[in-house]
Amino acid sequence: MSEILVKERDIVIPGEALAEGLDYLPGDNTYRENNQIYSKVLGLVNISGRVLKITPLAGPYVLKVGDKIIAKVIDITMSGWRVDTNTAYSAMLNVKDASMRFIKKEEDLSKILAIGDHVVVKIINVTSQNLIDVTMKEPGLHKISGGRIVKINSQKVPRVIGKQGSMISLIKTKTACEITVGQNGLVWITGTPEGEFLAEKAIKLVEEKSHLEGLTDKIEKFLGGN
Amino acid sequence: MVYRKRFDGRTDEELRPMEVKANVIPNAAGSASFKIGKTWAIAAVYGPRELYPRFLQDPKKGLLRCHYNMLPFSGSGERMRPGTSRRGQEIAMVMTKSLEPVVDLSAFPNAVVDVFVELPQTDAGTRCAAISAASIALAEAGIPMKDMVSAVAVGKVDNRIVADLDYMEEHVDEFNPESKGQPVSDIPIAVIHNTKELTLLQMDGEISKDDLLSALRLGQKAIEQIYQLQKKALKERFVKE
Repeated sequence: MSEILVKERDIVIPGEALAEGLDYLPGDNTYRENNQIYSKVLGLVNISGRVLKITPLAGPYVLKVGDKIIAKVIDITMSGWRVDTNTAYSAMLNVKDASMRFIKKEEDLSKILAIGDHVVVKIINVTSQNLIDVTMKEPGLHKISGGRIVKINSQKVPRVIGKQGSMISLIKTKTACEITVGQNGLVWITGTPEGEFLAEKAIKLVEEKSHLEGLTDKIEKFLGGN
Repeated sequence: MVYRKRFDGRTDEELRPMEVKANVIPNAAGSASFKIGKTWAIAAVYGPRELYPRFLQDPKKGLLRCHYNMLPFSGSGERMRPGTSRRGQEIAMVMTKSLEPVVDLSAFPNAVVDVFVELPQTDAGTRCAAISAASIALAEAGIPMKDMVSAVAVGKVDNRIVADLDYMEEHVDEFNPESKGQPVSDIPIAVIHNTKELTLLQMDGEISKDDLLSALRLGQKAIEQIYQLQKKALKERFVKE
């Protein structure tokens, strides 16, 4: 006898039973014990067929290969730069992954990226001990200059971007700002000072109300005046 | 003296009035406020973040680190020496041990999750309030957890087995010289909700085996109320408008 004990999009806390019996399978952020499936985080229930998953409502960013993130240079080493990823782990940006052009051996690396600079980079490797390599050698990856950086909860990034980028393009057009969202929860906004201010407020609003439906309409109303 | 009625008129298994809230400290990854009677604990969780000093780092899993502190004006109002004390360190240790079985930090090697608990006002049962608050704060911070931990104190006052002792009850043998010979026992317990396993079991005073077992049974029953409030506090923030 298998039975589901929750509904789609229900909010569950750690240890809450989701389903009974072996007909259902534990997906992300769940575990099975004594014939029952339990949640492992605070989040929303997601039922896809027989698999039960939990979409976390909060929590640390888990580093994933292929993610575009915004990082800050914290150290310069022999072979490249060490960057802070806004997690418990720093990443390594190797000289060979830093630029399209050839960087000579005797070149001063701080002329290319100085300590304190922000960069848009992509994760190319994560080890089991969370040692991370990043690259800046692809289109769209670059050093950041000007604008402002806003920190949000990394679990809210998908809502800030929206379905097929609907939310972020709405904010971009309404505020005439250029916005880059890093998967690690750092957002870079650049535009006119007023636009930047408005875009920051809109993003913070999305973060706060992210669990509600029909959010794009709410944000459109919020930005409506312009 | 025979303890016929509890000082504040509660029944034996009745807890003091509680007020539980999540997300009280915006800067923290997760936070909670847990009030039970006059005892008030505020917990804040930060991390996972880099762990220093390095020799504490564990390459197999992250470290859970608790801090427990009573504010100088808590308690009776007499100023206490602020900062860590021997007692505070011990309570921080038992808090860590009672939360560790449910918290899963295997995804965060070499990192640390810090749990800070401050107590602005205390009236006995502080370590229980601290654990209950910390459990909410950890869940709110999105740390992977097997289950929630709830804590309450049980004990024997004079001839009665009661739940959630306050300061007066804990010290009844001092306030009332006639009750000498019947020492008060105060047993803080913490319980994992689904499995009903105990993760904290300490005791002051003395108690017989039978009384201890019935006290623990009473505690398991009383703790369900705390769990329900923890659950409510966590979900409250996400109700649809």
